[in-house]
Amino acid sequence: MSRTALLLLADGRFPAGGHAHSGGMEAAVASGAVHDTTSLEAFCRGRLHTAGLTAAGLAAAAATGHDPLALDDAADTRTPVPALRHIGRRLGRQLLRAARATWPCPELDHIAHHRPGGVHQPVVLGVAARAAGLTPLDAAHAAAYDSVGGPATAAVRLLSLDPFDAAAVLGRLADDCDDVAGEAADAAGRVATAGTTVLPAASAPLLDITGEHHAAWTVRLFAS
Amino acid sequence: MHLDHPVTMPHRHTHSADPRRPDGSRRALRIGFGGPVGSGKTAAVAALCRTLRGRLSLAVVTNDIYTQEDAAFLRREAVLPPERITAVETGACPHTAIRDDISANLEAVEQLEQELRPLDLILIESGGDNLTATFSRGLVDTQVFVIDVASGDDIPRKGGPGITTADLLVVNKTDLAPYVGADLDTMAADTRRQRKDLPFAFTSLTTDDGIRPVADWVTERLTAWRSEAGR
Repeated sequence: MSRTALLLLADGRFPAGGHAHSGGMEAAVASGAVHDTTSLEAFCRGRLHTAGLTAAGLAAAAATGHDPLALDDAADTRTPVPALRHIGRRLGRQLLRAARATWPCPELDHIAHHRPGGVHQPVVLGVAARAAGLTPLDAAHAAAYDSVGGPATAAVRLLSLDPFDAAAVLGRLADDCDDVAGEAADAAGRVATAGTTVLPAASAPLLDITGEHHAAWTVRLFAS
Repeated sequence: MHLDHPVTMPHRHTHSADPRRPDGSRRALRIGFGGPVGSGKTAAVAALCRTLRGRLSLAVVTNDIYTQEDAAFLRREAVLPPERITAVETGACPHTAIRDDISANLEAVEQLEQELRPLDLILIESGGDNLTATFSRGLVDTQVFVIDVASGDDIPRKGGPGITTADLLVVNKTDLAPYVGADLDTMAADTRRQRKDLPFAFTSLTTDDGIRPVADWVTERLTAWRSEAGR
């Protein structure tokens, strides 16, 4: 594996559209649920162990070489809200564009050909990781970190939080990210024999509900 | 006004902005409109649509900062049918969406091409930003930077990538010069110094056909784009 490829894939500057999304942070800030560094950390921890774990499982499974179209169906099953399914596929298309330019391969072309509307972002992340020579555990790490990195950056913009405090929150979540990635990769290792039902399906109902509401806002800074 | 001769545009060697459609035909020309907040980007795009829509198939992508206000304005003004106007959200970073991570804009552009083909021209309007905001060449084929007289007649002298490198610089709201104490001659001299041989146009969009110099430049660019397609 190339450790540098993992850094590139997980870099917030990788041009895959993530900068315009807050991962539910904008709605959480509007409701007052996130208003300072402590509540930011609680939000990120919650998101990591729910949406983050589920995304990491899908990404790791895709990185094992499991059928991405079946994993896309599994992602739908784990994403009950139409607005977030739509966002997941849109971000998947955007990541696919960047990944095909960076690590061109038939597996990524296969997704584009068979699902022109896009597949869920974590699935693309896993296939991209595989294309970059990374392991399922690497893909899980990237997905887990992505699930908190975006919201933390959004909180800095939305609340004018001290960016050093936000970075420190992510630093404190590093062990949790590692644990989540490990759990996700373990589950992904069983998918070939036991099917996609063994993948994590942790959900955050409030993120689902506010995600659907947020999509209907007329004035907002972030697309989700 | 000072306009240059049409030049052959270089091929764009980017993964996403191939100048040809899969069937080998030329895709629509993509023109970016950037510039500071309130300089008249939306008004310029609206005026261009009104001037060109009778003879060209047009579409517009807007990049609002936190609303869909620019797209809503264009729809309300009925400069184009609503299905020809798409808004992209930029997560509080309008320059990122047109330069560093163009994926959302490319999606919007390609979707318009697919649904409305054949399109001649797609105008991509950035969110109001600062003097350093320019479009990636992976997103647009050519770009216009719009500043205005009322923001201070020293802006051309200050320069920045938008003013010095845009394919066309528009200095808008010349009708306001007497009210804000702006010296148009100084602005023109500074502009010429900053841009060397690159074209610029002073406009007042409140006058009849005030967009004409920009519309003529766009038409020249489109002609050059098509003639390159014929080769």
